[in-house]
Amino acid sequence: MKSEFTPPIGKITQINGQCISLIGNDIDTDRIIPARFLKCVNFNSLGQSVFEDDRSTLKGHHPFDLEKNKNATILIVNSNFGCGSSREHAPQALMRWGIRAIIGESFADIFYSNCIAIGIPCFTLSKELIQKIQKNKDDKFLFLEIDLKKSLAKSKDLNFNLEIKESSRKMFLSGEWDATSTLLDNENLIENKFNQLPYIKFNTNLL
Amino acid sequence: MSKDTLFDKVWNLHKVSSLPGGSDQIFIGLHLIHEVTSPQAFGALKDKSLTVKFPSRTVATVDHIVPTDNQSRPFKDNLAEQMIKTLEKNCFQHKIKFFNIGSGSQGIVHVVAPELGLTQPGMTIACGDSHTSTHGAFGSIAFGIGTSQVRDVLATQTIAMNKLKVRQIWCENQLSNGVYAKDLVLHIINKLGVKAGVGFAYEFAGPAINELSMEERMTICNMSIEGGARCGYINPDEKTFSYMKNKLCAPKNENWGKALTWWKSLKSDEDSIYDDVIKVDASKIEPTVTWGITPGQSIGINQQIPLLDELSPNDKLVAEEAYEYMSFKPGQSIKDIPVEVCFIGSCTNGRISDLRVAAKVLKDKKVSKNVKAFVVPGSEKVANEAKQEGLDKIFKDSGFQWREPGCSMCLAMNSDKLIGNQISASSSNRNFKGRQGSPSGRTLLMSPAMVAAAAINGKVSDVRDLLNK
Repeated sequence: MKSEFTPPIGKITQINGQCISLIGNDIDTDRIIPARFLKCVNFNSLGQSVFEDDRSTLKGHHPFDLEKNKNATILIVNSNFGCGSSREHAPQALMRWGIRAIIGESFADIFYSNCIAIGIPCFTLSKELIQKIQKNKDDKFLFLEIDLKKSLAKSKDLNFNLEIKESSRKMFLSGEWDATSTLLDNENLIENKFNQLPYIKFNTNLL
Repeated sequence: MSKDTLFDKVWNLHKVSSLPGGSDQIFIGLHLIHEVTSPQAFGALKDKSLTVKFPSRTVATVDHIVPTDNQSRPFKDNLAEQMIKTLEKNCFQHKIKFFNIGSGSQGIVHVVAPELGLTQPGMTIACGDSHTSTHGAFGSIAFGIGTSQVRDVLATQTIAMNKLKVRQIWCENQLSNGVYAKDLVLHIINKLGVKAGVGFAYEFAGPAINELSMEERMTICNMSIEGGARCGYINPDEKTFSYMKNKLCAPKNENWGKALTWWKSLKSDEDSIYDDVIKVDASKIEPTVTWGITPGQSIGINQQIPLLDELSPNDKLVAEEAYEYMSFKPGQSIKDIPVEVCFIGSCTNGRISDLRVAAKVLKDKKVSKNVKAFVVPGSEKVANEAKQEGLDKIFKDSGFQWREPGCSMCLAMNSDKLIGNQISASSSNRNFKGRQGSPSGRTLLMSPAMVAAAAINGKVSDVRDLLNK
C-alpha cells in the first residue's frame, strides 16, 4: 500500500511501471474487496483491504503482500477478471493500493466500465503472452512501458501489442474518460429525449 | 450485428448521441439507488457542484445493509446506521422518492421496483447493482452500473456505453415437475460458461420461457450477469401486462390503454437478426446444484462432481481451485452432501412465489436438527402477502426462522453470515469464495424448493422425492 494516493487525472497516454501477476480465472469482485468493506460512504480506506480474505488465507504469500511487488502498478491477470458484483469499490481498492493499469486475457463488462470511469486502462492480451509474463523467471517482463497512443507495451527486450476498446483508448488520450462533463455537453439533446419518450407521458403515478 | 430485436429498438429509442470515442450516450428511463453504491456518487456531485437532473426518474430503497432480526433504529451496527442516514439525507436533499423501512414498500431493489409497477417494458433501467438485469423480465433493457456511472445518471440521466451484441437463448420444450426457473438458468450458465455473456445482452425466448410466470422470468434475467451478460431480457406478453395492471406506479385509466398499445408494439421482430443463437432443451434439465466457486460450476442432482479430465482446458484451473476450497472430491455425488445453513431469499428467489413453493415442501415437516434455516422475504410487500397466506406460520412451524426483508446472507453485509467453513444451501445467486460472510464459507446454489428439501433432510436432496410422496 503506497503512502500517498493521488487519483489519475486528465490525459492518460503513457503508463510505466512494475508488473504484479495474479494467477486465476474468474476472480470476482467479492474477492477483490469482500462485502464487509462496502460499509462505507467514501472509497478512501479501501486500498489496504484489497484481496483481504485471499491475503489472510495465504498468510503473507499473496502477490499483494510480497515485498518485491510493493511498488507495482501494472496488474497482470487471466480471464474474466472482475466478474460478479458491480461494486466500483473493487477497482477503487486496486487503484488505492497502487494499480494504474490492468492487462488480462479478458474482463467482466461492469468491472471494465468501472475501471475506465476512474482512469484505469484495461488491456487484453493473448493467453500465451499473459502466461509467459506471469511465469517469467528473469526480469524480462518485470517493468513495462505502455504507450496508449500506439497500444504498445515495451519490456526489457520485447515489444508487444495490447488491445483496448477504441472508445476507451480515445477517451484516455483526450482526457475525457471522466464522462460527466462530456455527457452534460448534450444537455439540450437530453431534454429533447426526455420529452420524446412515450412512457414519460403515460406515467403520472408517483414518477 | 443485431437488428430489430427488442434490445435494438429500446437502445435506439434511448440513444441521445454518438460520443466522440465511439460509444453511445443512452438516456436512462428509470434509475434505482440503494445505500451501498450511491453515497460516493452523491459525494461526487457535491464535489463537482452538480445537481440531480431528473429527480423524478430516480427511486431509492434500502436493502444491502439492513439487519433482518431487529430493524429498529438506530441499527446496532454503527456503519450500517451511517449508511442508511446518508441515503435518507441524500434523498431528502435531492427530492428523490425513498421507500424506507416501514413504508410498506421497502425491500430488495430488484423485488421492489417490479412490484410497485416502476419497472415497465421498453424502458432503460440502471442501478448500481449487477442484478439490475432482473428488470429485463418485463422487456426493459436493464443493467448494473458502477458508482461513477450512478453519478453520471444522477447528473445527466444518461451514461456512456458501447452497444451490446444480442444472443438469443431459445429454450425448447417445458421444464418438468420439481424443476424451476433457477434450475434452468443455472443450467444455461453451466452450458455457456460464466464469461460467454461478456459484451452481450441475452434474450431468453422459446416455449419454456413463455410458460414461466413473471417472477420466474425475473429469476432467469436476474442471473444473466452470472453468465457474464450485464443485461438479460424477455419480450413482453400478456403475462407481463396482467402482472403490471393495478400496481401502485403503473399507468392508470386512459393512460393504461395508451401504455398497453405501446408495450404491445415492443418485441423482437419475427425476422430480427441476432449476433448469436443458442438452443437449450428445458425438458432435459434436472434440479440443479452448484458444487464449486462460480455459478457455472453446477450439476444435476443425480450427477457427480466432474472429473478434471471431463472439463475443458479453460475450466480446469477454476475447477482445481474449487475442489480444494469446497473440500469436495472429483467424482463425488452432490446428493447427500450435508448442509449446515439453509437460506431462502435474495433478488433471485425471495419473491412470494418462491416462498409459496418452499412452504409447500415444508408443510407438516421439520427442519433437520443439524441445520440453521432462515427465510428472508424480498420485500415488505412479500412479507405481508406471505403472512396473509399463513406461509410465515408454515416456515416457523417447520423450524425456519422468519426474518425481516433485505439482501441478508446473499452477500452478508449484515450480521447474517456463515461461520468458518459451514456449507449453506442457498437460493441466492453467487457461490464465490467468501461470498456469504465467512472467508472459508461454502455455498451451494439451488432453487428455493431444493433449499427446503435440504433443510428437511440436513443434506442435499432431490426435492422431487418429497413432492411425489
